[in-house]
Amino acid sequence: MIEVHNISKSYRRDSLEVPVLTNITIDVPEGEFLALMGPSGSGKTTLLNLIAGIDRPDKGSIVVNGTDIATLNESTLATWRSHNVGFIFQFYNLLPVLTAFENVELPLLLTNLSKKERREHVEASLKLVGLEDRMKHYPKQLSGGQEQRVAIARAIVTDPTVLVADEPTGDLDRVSAGEVMTLMDRLNKEFKKTIVMVTHDPRAAEKAHKVMHLDKGELT
Amino acid sequence: MFILKLVLKNALRHKLRTFLTILGISIAVMSFGFLRTIVTAWSAGVESSAANRMIVRHAVSFIFPLPYAYREQLSRIPGITMVSYANWFGGVYKDPADFKNFFPRLAVDPETYFEIYPEFTLPPDQLATFKQERGSCVVGAKIAQELGFKIGDAIPIDGDIYPGRWDFVVRGIYKGKDASTDETQMLFHWNYLNERIKELQPSREGNVGWYILRVQNPGDMPVIARTVDQSYLNSRAGTKTETEKEFQQSFVSMSSAIIRSLEVVSFIIIGIILLVLANTIVMAARERTTEYAVLKTIGFSSWHIVGLISGESLLIAGIGGLVGLATTFPVAAGFATMFPTFFPVFNVETVTIIMAALVATVAGVIAALFPTIRALRMSIADGLRAIG
Repeated sequence: MIEVHNISKSYRRDSLEVPVLTNITIDVPEGEFLALMGPSGSGKTTLLNLIAGIDRPDKGSIVVNGTDIATLNESTLATWRSHNVGFIFQFYNLLPVLTAFENVELPLLLTNLSKKERREHVEASLKLVGLEDRMKHYPKQLSGGQEQRVAIARAIVTDPTVLVADEPTGDLDRVSAGEVMTLMDRLNKEFKKTIVMVTHDPRAAEKAHKVMHLDKGELT
Repeated sequence: MFILKLVLKNALRHKLRTFLTILGISIAVMSFGFLRTIVTAWSAGVESSAANRMIVRHAVSFIFPLPYAYREQLSRIPGITMVSYANWFGGVYKDPADFKNFFPRLAVDPETYFEIYPEFTLPPDQLATFKQERGSCVVGAKIAQELGFKIGDAIPIDGDIYPGRWDFVVRGIYKGKDASTDETQMLFHWNYLNERIKELQPSREGNVGWYILRVQNPGDMPVIARTVDQSYLNSRAGTKTETEKEFQQSFVSMSSAIIRSLEVVSFIIIGIILLVLANTIVMAARERTTEYAVLKTIGFSSWHIVGLISGESLLIAGIGGLVGLATTFPVAAGFATMFPTFFPVFNVETVTIIMAALVATVAGVIAALFPTIRALRMSIADGLRAIG
């Protein structure tokens, strides 16, 4: 499903080249729930970004669903992301001027679905995350846990095969975090989504099938 | 459609900031339009000059008169189909401190003046009466309305260049053929002036201020000008003959420093518009860095981001421009009412409207340029990190 082969990534900070990931190789089979853990600056988010196709490795290959995404140009990669990957961020990253419904609808605006079809998809997604009664609410009218559930609904509305989550419980209280992780677990088990999740939270990592640790850009 | 909706929602996100920006732009556009209208009004005489008219004036200065005797000689020069003349009278009407009492008073040849200036339209009966009565005068519709002159009213003028009290009776009110025609003049018989001056100051008798020539073929103007000026080269009053446009331009050029200053200020205003708008758009784009990154993450293209930033910039600039343009008209009308005779023609020209609209649009595009480039260059990973 996801084959990361010998990738390295470094960032340039002024005149300094800072290595972030060094020769990372991992395989994530279909339906896997992988948790990436490690201290801050260990390269977890960078690895997640590379897998999701929002950053490019300096070397190595990343094959997702048979596509070597490191070779795609920007616009093809954007299209690929919209079809294959759902994103869940630590701070939800909902557009504050859009309602929950409109936020979830966003990825569908890039498809050829009719308005009616989009509505059906959005309603189904929001129902799945238990927020069908909050469709017209703006993000500021929702709690943190509800916002993250809207973000999850946005991530799954196009029915992507892969979900990437960057510390999805990092900004939530324990109860909300529990609800979000239960939802992630359900998406993995019931809807067979392949999930790659970065987390600092051991309780969140418990839901994963596999936990990988990164330190100083290397798998440990 | 979605982009438009988001542009609108984004613009309304900080209502006060957007309102203040629109207000700033509209004031700037209004000021720009108003200043351009002043600049245009200043040179309105040049623009409305006839292509077939020439002016003959004293070679030394406009303030020196030319002999009336030239009239006959000028009319014999080939290519000239009509000769008329006029004389600046000056004088004071009522309270000189009140600017609305200032309007041009000219002694003219009643037989030819309205023929050579067909843009001054006067009903035939009024023209006939004017020609018959030596002490009569014709006033422009604008000052007639402003000062309440009606047919039969007496207008007393205290002379300055030509001393004494001068009484005129209004026998006609002329209207301009179009909006660019000066309707602020008072015209009376040159003969009336000449006869009075003959008694008061005999040495000044038989002079006119300038001659107006109508020529058959505008292409012959250089030759006619040369012919006229050479004819009086060695006379006591040498002439300078030029097209009416050149003649008007020479007046405008006397105020060139003021006009240039106004032009500079009007262009500084463009800079202000740009800074006001750019400040808002840069702030807005910076605040939304993460949102742009999220949209790109989801699959929206760079062009969507360009549309969001430039759309918001153009929307704010467009509304500000429209409000500014809309307020330019009442402001210009108010100015024209307050100083009715300061500029004979004071209209917001179409070219001014186009320029002001263009300025707002260009400001909208330029203001969006830097934040758009920045948003496009920023990688998604950096954009997501900008959450802080």
